[in-house]
Amino acid sequence: MADLSIKLAGHELRTPVLVASGTFGAGREGSLFVPLNQLGGIIVKSTTLTPWKGKPTPRMCETPSGMLNAIGIQNKGIDHFISTDLPWLLKKDAAVFASIAGNTVDEYVKIADKLRTGGRGITGVEINISCPNLEDRNNMFSHSTESTAAVVAAVRKALPKATLFPKLSPNVTSITEIAGAAIEAGADGLSLINTLFGMAIDVEHRRPKLAGVTGGLSGPAIRPVAVRAVWEIHNEWPHIPIIGQGGISNAEDALEFILAGASAIAVGTANFVNPRASLDVTKGISEYMDSNHVASVTELVGAVKTEG
Amino acid sequence: MLLARGEVLGHKKYGEHYHSLTIVAPEIGEKIEPGQFVHVRCGEGSAHILRRPFSVYRVHKRGGWASTIEIVFDIRGAGTEYLSRLRPHMIVDLVGPLGRGFALPKGRAHCLLVGGGIGAAPLFFLADDLRNEGHRVDVILGARSNRMLLNPIEVRRLASVARVVTEDGSTGEQGRVTDVLEETIDRCDTEIIYTCGPHPMLEAVTKIGVDHKLPVQVAVEELMACGYGVCMTCVIPLKVKKPSKDRGRRRRAGGNANAPKEDESDEEVTYARSCTEGPVFNGASVVWNGTAEPVAPDQAELSPGGLAVAHGSLEDSADEHPPPGN
Repeated sequence: MADLSIKLAGHELRTPVLVASGTFGAGREGSLFVPLNQLGGIIVKSTTLTPWKGKPTPRMCETPSGMLNAIGIQNKGIDHFISTDLPWLLKKDAAVFASIAGNTVDEYVKIADKLRTGGRGITGVEINISCPNLEDRNNMFSHSTESTAAVVAAVRKALPKATLFPKLSPNVTSITEIAGAAIEAGADGLSLINTLFGMAIDVEHRRPKLAGVTGGLSGPAIRPVAVRAVWEIHNEWPHIPIIGQGGISNAEDALEFILAGASAIAVGTANFVNPRASLDVTKGISEYMDSNHVASVTELVGAVKTEG
Repeated sequence: MLLARGEVLGHKKYGEHYHSLTIVAPEIGEKIEPGQFVHVRCGEGSAHILRRPFSVYRVHKRGGWASTIEIVFDIRGAGTEYLSRLRPHMIVDLVGPLGRGFALPKGRAHCLLVGGGIGAAPLFFLADDLRNEGHRVDVILGARSNRMLLNPIEVRRLASVARVVTEDGSTGEQGRVTDVLEETIDRCDTEIIYTCGPHPMLEAVTKIGVDHKLPVQVAVEELMACGYGVCMTCVIPLKVKKPSKDRGRRRRAGGNANAPKEDESDEEVTYARSCTEGPVFNGASVVWNGTAEPVAPDQAELSPGGLAVAHGSLEDSADEHPPPGN
């Protein structure tokens, strides 16, 4: 059988298949379907400095080949993650990627401080910068090179030894520029991509379908956008490890990302549809490798032929 | 809960409006309780990716087939349109049982079941279980009109007292379920109320129940994506007791000007997931006016309890708002 293990920014992972933040909680519910130690890792739902209640409903609507959501990062806060979720996940032998979010650079730093002392056993930290920056007219951190760099540099300073994966937004003119800013500020790798900004309107009631008015589009609809982002950034920085995500539902989808340059991939919205999607993807990658005589998944990273 | 592939045993209709699918799903049928739901894949490909949730209308544990579950629905969108085309021996992809169902009374009790439209679906399964345990079952079944009533003949068969109401008076008494609720409570010496239907109805039933000092269990219908507790979309605002250690800590930090006002009470409002913490809640704990947002007609089939018009009134019925694209 093919060797599915990979090295991601210095960490040995069992497989290249992770579950994406916000689509598998902190593992408890998903573990009823998926033994967490069969995953490459779990990127936990974003945690914030204090508990966030989230937005009113409706928080979700189905769209062609995808869904739109505006949850508002409902979570119990970083203290709960450290005291309750993390020990449980480590006991289940999961490779844990924390995900942190905030509304000011200072909030990210305070969360990072807490992880420095309480986050032993964590494999990596995904930095969710698709949050409004209260100090910059509520613009998302991920939408400017300055804010992206400010958050990443501050978290880098607070967590000098952690492996950091800022999660970039596709809603920018040049994601490559933002990636450059994140790398320069100290990112070890990149998580690509977060949801696409969208809106849907209920014409019957003449209201937005989401209480939050706009929301994040996910699912198969966004996959080509995500694959392109991975490919662009891998071309520019071939040595920066990428966790590719955006509409992955099966092994073929996952292989697209790997061939485009992702070292690992994360299954997101597909977890809602098929709670075992991550394991199905893993199995499919293994079968592809066997039938194509690929010994290590690393051989496939960035192996798309764009010339000749 | 588990992933299962069920085989369609039968497809029939209740009246001209409602479809019924009976599915052979032994593992789910053995375990599922009234008020719990199954999450059903409605089509292949990736055009409509999300599963649709259905509370179970009835479970048949005996007979030639190991165990079957029956779901009922009306055609609301692409998902239910797909299901309406399923025929015997076709395969359905299911996740279930999901959620927390109705809690049955401990001692013998007089139970009043109040259902609106397709929201009445889980109450049939509940009535079967209550009767099997020796409880008295009374039912108020309501809908906008005759064709939206779910199986009134069966209701008359299984209830000690059956009240059937339609808003247009086309069958039974004219009015809404709440118009006959107090009178029925008095007449039947009701001790507990179970209800499922549109949110305004649940709110009104809860209010009357609470006024009569009766426990009211409501099965809510919220749009959901995952159905097993990870996506956080199907939340409902719920009054909960603060954990005691939290209360102590806040009391000590009493001088903190930043502490939100609500911290002064022992209750707080949180968004509870209706898929895992519900869909059955104590009606008195729900913050009702926080849930009155209208839902787009084409999204309504993403809520369980049947596919009642989530949040809408009974006037917002399917025949006035045909789902687009069908």
